[in-house]
Amino acid sequence: MLYSDLIFWLVGGLIPLAITAYMVARGKALSSENEGGRLHSLPGYYGWYAVIWLALPAMLSGLALSAAHLFGLFSIPAPILLAGMFTLSGLGLWYALSHIKIDFRARESVEKFTTGTLIIAASISILTTLGIVLSVVFESINFFQVISFWDFITGTKWEPDTAFLIGAGRDTTGIAPPAFGAVPIFAGTFMITAIAMMVAVPVGLFSAIYMSEYASHTARGRLKPMLEILAGIPTVVYGFFAAITISPLIVKAAHAFGLEADYTNALAPGLIMGVMIIPFVSSLSDDVIKAVPQDLRDGSLALGTTKSETIRHIVLPAALPGIVSAFMLAISRAIGETMIVVMAAGLRPNLTANPLEGITTVTVKIVEALTGDQEFDSAFTQSAFALGFVLLLITLMLNIASTIVVRKFKQRYE
Amino acid sequence: MMQTDPQAAARKRKRDRADTRFKLYGLSAIIFALAFLVFFFVDIIGKGLPAFQQAQIQVEVHYSEAAMNNYNKAVDKQYKRLVSKTWLRLVPNQIRDNPELMGTTRVEWVLAENRVDQFLKGHEGHRLKAKYQTLVNQMYEEGKVKLVFNTGFFTKGDSKLPENAGIVASAIGSVLVLLLTMLFAVPVGVMTAIYLEEFAPDNRLTQIIEVNINNLAAIPSILYGLLGLAIFINFMGVPRSSALVGGLTLALMTLPVIIIATRAALRAVPDSIREAAYGLGASNLQVVWHHVLPLATPGILTGSIIGLAQAMGETAPLLIVGMMAYIPEAPGSILEATTVLPAQIYTWSGESLRAFEERTAAGIMVLLAVLLSLNALAVKFRNRSENTW
Repeated sequence: MLYSDLIFWLVGGLIPLAITAYMVARGKALSSENEGGRLHSLPGYYGWYAVIWLALPAMLSGLALSAAHLFGLFSIPAPILLAGMFTLSGLGLWYALSHIKIDFRARESVEKFTTGTLIIAASISILTTLGIVLSVVFESINFFQVISFWDFITGTKWEPDTAFLIGAGRDTTGIAPPAFGAVPIFAGTFMITAIAMMVAVPVGLFSAIYMSEYASHTARGRLKPMLEILAGIPTVVYGFFAAITISPLIVKAAHAFGLEADYTNALAPGLIMGVMIIPFVSSLSDDVIKAVPQDLRDGSLALGTTKSETIRHIVLPAALPGIVSAFMLAISRAIGETMIVVMAAGLRPNLTANPLEGITTVTVKIVEALTGDQEFDSAFTQSAFALGFVLLLITLMLNIASTIVVRKFKQRYE
Repeated sequence: MMQTDPQAAARKRKRDRADTRFKLYGLSAIIFALAFLVFFFVDIIGKGLPAFQQAQIQVEVHYSEAAMNNYNKAVDKQYKRLVSKTWLRLVPNQIRDNPELMGTTRVEWVLAENRVDQFLKGHEGHRLKAKYQTLVNQMYEEGKVKLVFNTGFFTKGDSKLPENAGIVASAIGSVLVLLLTMLFAVPVGVMTAIYLEEFAPDNRLTQIIEVNINNLAAIPSILYGLLGLAIFINFMGVPRSSALVGGLTLALMTLPVIIIATRAALRAVPDSIREAAYGLGASNLQVVWHHVLPLATPGILTGSIIGLAQAMGETAPLLIVGMMAYIPEAPGSILEATTVLPAQIYTWSGESLRAFEERTAAGIMVLLAVLLSLNALAVKFRNRSENTW
C-alpha cells in the first residue's frame, strides 16, 4: 500500500465515519433534552463537536507521520499507520461523546476551533513570504561564499560557463574562472523596463484621463473591460507575439532606415511589455483621478479655465502621488516580467544603449540557470537565486515606496 | 459685457485648440490600445486558424511481410516522404492487431507529412522538395490530397512531429493543476479574508499580515517559482514537474488575489445586516456564516475566477519547477510529470519547424478562448454583486 493510497483510504473511511459521528452526537444531545431543560447550543453544534474530535487528531498525526515519511526521517508501514489513525479517531469520538450533556457549551468550542482555523489560514500568507525570502536568501548565501558580492554587483562580465567544472570538482588550472558580473544583466532589465514605461505611461495615463474626465458613462463601461482584456492575455502569448510578429517587423523597419537590428532586440519585448502594462497604469490612475474631489474641478472651471487646463493644472497635480505610485507598481511589474523577455529578448549579456541590439534580463538569466540540466549546487544555478534576491529587493522597495506615497495621498483628501 | 479685444479672442482660440488637442491625446491613447488589440487578435487568429485543418493523403497501403519488417515499405516509394512517420510507424502494430489485414492492399486516407501540409496551405518556408511539389500538385488535381478538420489537435498529446502534435495532454495537465490550485487557494484565501475582515483585532500582527499580503500581490511570479523549487521540491521532496508542485506554487501565487477580492466583497456587505443579526442574538461566527458570507458570494466568486484565470495563464513559475519537459501523455496522477497549456505553447514556440508555429498560435487561440470566457463569467458575477446594493 502506498502513502498516496493512504490518503484515499483515510478520506474514504473518514467521511462516512464523520457523518455517523455527527448523527450519533446530535442524537445524544437531543435525547438529553428529554429529561427536561434545554440544550445550551443548537443540536448541530454537538454533531460538529464530535466530528472535530473524530477527524482532527487522526488527520494531524497522519499528516505528521506522512511528512516524516516524505522527509525520510522514519517510516511506519502504511496499514499500521491507517489502523492507528482509525483507533485515534475512535478515541476522539469517545472523548467527544462523553462530553455531551445538556449544559455543555458545544457552540463555543466549535467556534473557538473555527476561529483557530481562520488564524492558521491567515498565517499561511506570512509563511509564503518567509518561504520566498528564505529560499532566495539561503541559496544566495551559498553563492556569495564563492563569488564576492562586490564582484556580482559591479562586475561587467557575465561568463559563468566554467562554473560547472568547479561544481563538478574538476581540475580548474588553466581555465578562466567564471565571472558573475551582473551589471550588463541589470542594464538590460532597466532598458527593457524603460522602453515599456515609455509606452505604458503616456498611453495608460491619457486613457485614464479620457475615461474619467471625457468619456460618457456608457462609453466608459464599454472601454474599460476592453482595455482590461490586455491585462488578461497570458504573458507567454505576448512573448510569442513579440518574438514571431513584432521582432521581424522591427528588423524590417530598421533595415528600411539603413540600421542593423538583431532578432532578439530589446525594442520588441519592451514595446509589448509596455502594452501589457497599459491597463495596469490606466486603471490605477483612473481610480486616483476619480478620487480627486469634484470641488477642485468646479472651482477651477468657475475661474474660467478650459477643461484641459483644469485637468493639467488642478486634477493631475492633485492626483500626482497616486499616479506616481501607479508608475512605481508598473515598473516593478515590468522588472519582474519573465515570459515576454525569455521568448523575445536574447540570452547574451550585453552592455549597450542601443535598443536594436540583443540584450538579456535578470528574469531570463534565472530561467536559463534553472531550466538547464546542471547540478543544483553549482554556482551557475545558485546565481539564479542571487539574481532573484536582488529582484525581490527591488520590487519590495518599489512596492513599499508606492504604498507610502498612496497613504500620503489618501490622507490629503479624507 | 462682451470683451472684443482681438488679442483676447486669439488667446481664447489658442486655448480652445489646446483643449481639443488634449482630448484628442486621450482618445488616441485609447484608440492605440484598441488598435493593438485588434491587430493582435487578427495576427494570432490568422496564424492559428490554418492549424485547425490538417492535410490527408490517399495512398495504397500494402499490409505485407515487408511492411512488417520495414514500415517504410507499406506505401509505394514515391509516397514514402509524403506520409507522416507517426502513421507509418504504426502499420506493423496494426497488422499484429488485425492479422486478417496481412497480404492485402487497401486504398486509405492517411495523415500527411507536415511539409505537405504546409505546402498545401500555401505557407512560405514549407521546405517541400520540388519533385514532391509537382507530385502533390498532381495528386491534388486527382483529389488524392485534401485538407480536413484537424481532430488530432484535440485528441493527441505532444509529439516531436508537428502533424501529430495535439494539446490534449497539456489541457488535462492544466485542468489538474488548476483543480489543485483551486482546492488549496480558494478555501485558504477566503478564510484569511474572513479572519482579517471580521475577526482580527486591530493589532500589530494584523497590520503585518495586511502589509504582507499587499506585498505578496506585487512579488514577480518567477519568485514563486524559486520558492516552489527550493521549498516544495528540494526541501519537501515533492516530485519535480508534477501537477502537485505546480498546483501548490500557483496556489501561493493566487492567494493574495483571492484574499484582496474577498475582503473587498466582505467590506461591501452593509453593517446594518451584521447589526440586525447580532440584535437577534447570533454569535460572531453565525453572523458571518449565515448572513455576510452568502451576500458576499458573488464578489468572492469573481475574485476567485479572476485569480484562477491568472494562474491558468501563468508560465514563468512553472518553468522553474520543471513543467516544460517533453511530455506526450496525459498524467495518470498528481505526482507524475505534467505539462500545462501555457508551457506547451512555450515549448512549441521554441521549435524550429514552420508547422509548429501555426500549432502554437492555435494553442494560444484555445487558451485565450478559455481565459476570456472565464473572465466574462467573472464580469457577469461582478455585475450581479454590484446590483445588490
